[in-house]
Amino acid sequence: MDIYLLEAIINGILLGGVLALLALGLNLIFGVIDVVWIAYADLVMCGMYAIYWLYAELGWPLPLACLVAIAGVAGLGVLVHLMIIAPILGSAPINQLLATGGLLFFLQSFATLLFGTDFRNIGVRLPVIELGDIYISYARLLAFAVALIGAVALYVFLRRTFVGTAIRAIAQDRDIVGLMGVDQRRIYLVTSAIGGALAGLAACLLALQYDVHPFIGNTFGPLIFMICVLGGLGDMIGGFIAAFVISQIIAIGGYYTNTELSYVLAFTFFIVLMFVRPRGIFAR
Amino acid sequence: MSARHATLAVALGILVCVPLFTPPYFMHLLIQILLWGFVYTAWSMMGRFGFVSLGHGAFMGVGAYIPALLWNYYAVTPWIGIPLGVALSVLLALVIGYPCFRLKVVGHYFALVTLALSQVVMLSIVAARDVTGGSLGFTPNAVGFSWYALQFPDKRYFYAISLALWLGGLAVWRMIDRGIGREALEAISEDEDAAAAIGINVMREKLRVTVISAALTALGGAIFGQYLMYLNPETVSGIAVSLQIVFAAIVGGMYAMLGPTIGAFLTISLNEGLRVAFATNFIGAANTIYGVLLILCIIFMPRGIVGVVGRVRLRRPPAKAVPAE
Repeated sequence: MDIYLLEAIINGILLGGVLALLALGLNLIFGVIDVVWIAYADLVMCGMYAIYWLYAELGWPLPLACLVAIAGVAGLGVLVHLMIIAPILGSAPINQLLATGGLLFFLQSFATLLFGTDFRNIGVRLPVIELGDIYISYARLLAFAVALIGAVALYVFLRRTFVGTAIRAIAQDRDIVGLMGVDQRRIYLVTSAIGGALAGLAACLLALQYDVHPFIGNTFGPLIFMICVLGGLGDMIGGFIAAFVISQIIAIGGYYTNTELSYVLAFTFFIVLMFVRPRGIFAR
Repeated sequence: MSARHATLAVALGILVCVPLFTPPYFMHLLIQILLWGFVYTAWSMMGRFGFVSLGHGAFMGVGAYIPALLWNYYAVTPWIGIPLGVALSVLLALVIGYPCFRLKVVGHYFALVTLALSQVVMLSIVAARDVTGGSLGFTPNAVGFSWYALQFPDKRYFYAISLALWLGGLAVWRMIDRGIGREALEAISEDEDAAAAIGINVMREKLRVTVISAALTALGGAIFGQYLMYLNPETVSGIAVSLQIVFAAIVGGMYAMLGPTIGAFLTISLNEGLRVAFATNFIGAANTIYGVLLILCIIFMPRGIVGVVGRVRLRRPPAKAVPAE
């Protein structure tokens, strides 16, 4: 096999890890609260700016900056739920989607207001690993590993703890759960916090690889929605697998053509698949 | 000749006379309000029945780029190029709409599929950078004043064209509103299966309104390109434009004929006002406030500004009819 193709495939798998992490967060929120956060990728942008600001401007140590960013975005997730979703929980789902779309405008322009439109880099250069003729970026490998650990931690949390069980129960039937003595509002808050924290974790991993700018959410935000829908909205395992399918299309498509065309390919694949399997690839 | 007709005639008279006494800057704003108002009205023709499309940027992009590309590379007049662009948009709408409606892709799923469509069109324009100029944008060859090229350096011509287009859009809205199709579409948006059960051809009604909406949006995009003489994939297609269309229509009120136009008026004057107030020191200030307003609008008045005003007006007559106790 062509060595560059192999490299593209490996990079695709590594990218898939971070996308899978984001898809998990979005799917968790959708499954439990039944809301699509259109501004989800922009929460990641906020996290990246937080890390940039704390680490590169204020000179905090990187791990501390990352922890604060994760906590900060988790808090932001709770705020989003309390201020935007909770007041309109009873109205049409599409209204909730659009309200978070307003948030997208707000976050992007607020970031422009604070930081300008410049591309900013936190300035951490991690080494590149050489495996024979293949070059793998350490930052991507780290991102992949941490994303997997995050996914497993989430799985264990949902399976092994009381709150996790309540979250899974509410995703199955939100009316009955109330009768079982579970406080829905509290579960919604916990879910929003976890969704936010996952976005914050993804921000830490992406900040090591990419420059941050106010509109970075537009570049991978639509991808995450496609992944969630492909896997079946709310189906976390489906979304996890779909993340790798999409990232492979982008990686291999990018190898044969160019970046934009590979995205066109991914979105077209998504549209066609929606017509073949409208409820997701793994729908039963 | 009722008072209502008289008011309409006066309003129309004022709009026609505007170019006589307006400075060019305000003409530019008015043209933008009319053109965007037209596009927002076109979107609302679907949106009001619950088909929330995030893909109208795709139709606008196709409608704007096709005539410009044909003009620059093959010297095809926009009089042929624009209908071709509109036709291509309609084709696109059918290719996406037919399977969506057949498979009952609705709500979130419909919004996200159409979102993917607008990304596909935007990224294709960027990817074909050898032809379209990619993210740097595309400038149609200017030839000065020409009916053949549909280029008029004098803003008054475009004012007249935009006004005519906007009035045409309102006429189409009225046609849909008055027709039997509206009842059918409202029934479909309430309950698709029940609508089908009473003999409504769900597929035909949905496709018809989708095609009309896509065609008008493409037409708006084409005239926009001709007016600005500059196209950019970010400003005529993609997620940003699609969301802009949806939000302005919602803020204004997508259930009333003039709602989307009022949305265009408010958003454009807000943007310009804030731009003048803050100058360029605060890029983003306008959109920050805009974003907050959007969220507030959707939470507190999902029927838009026109919806709120309308409800207040509706409430008044019964209050008069009931004698004070």
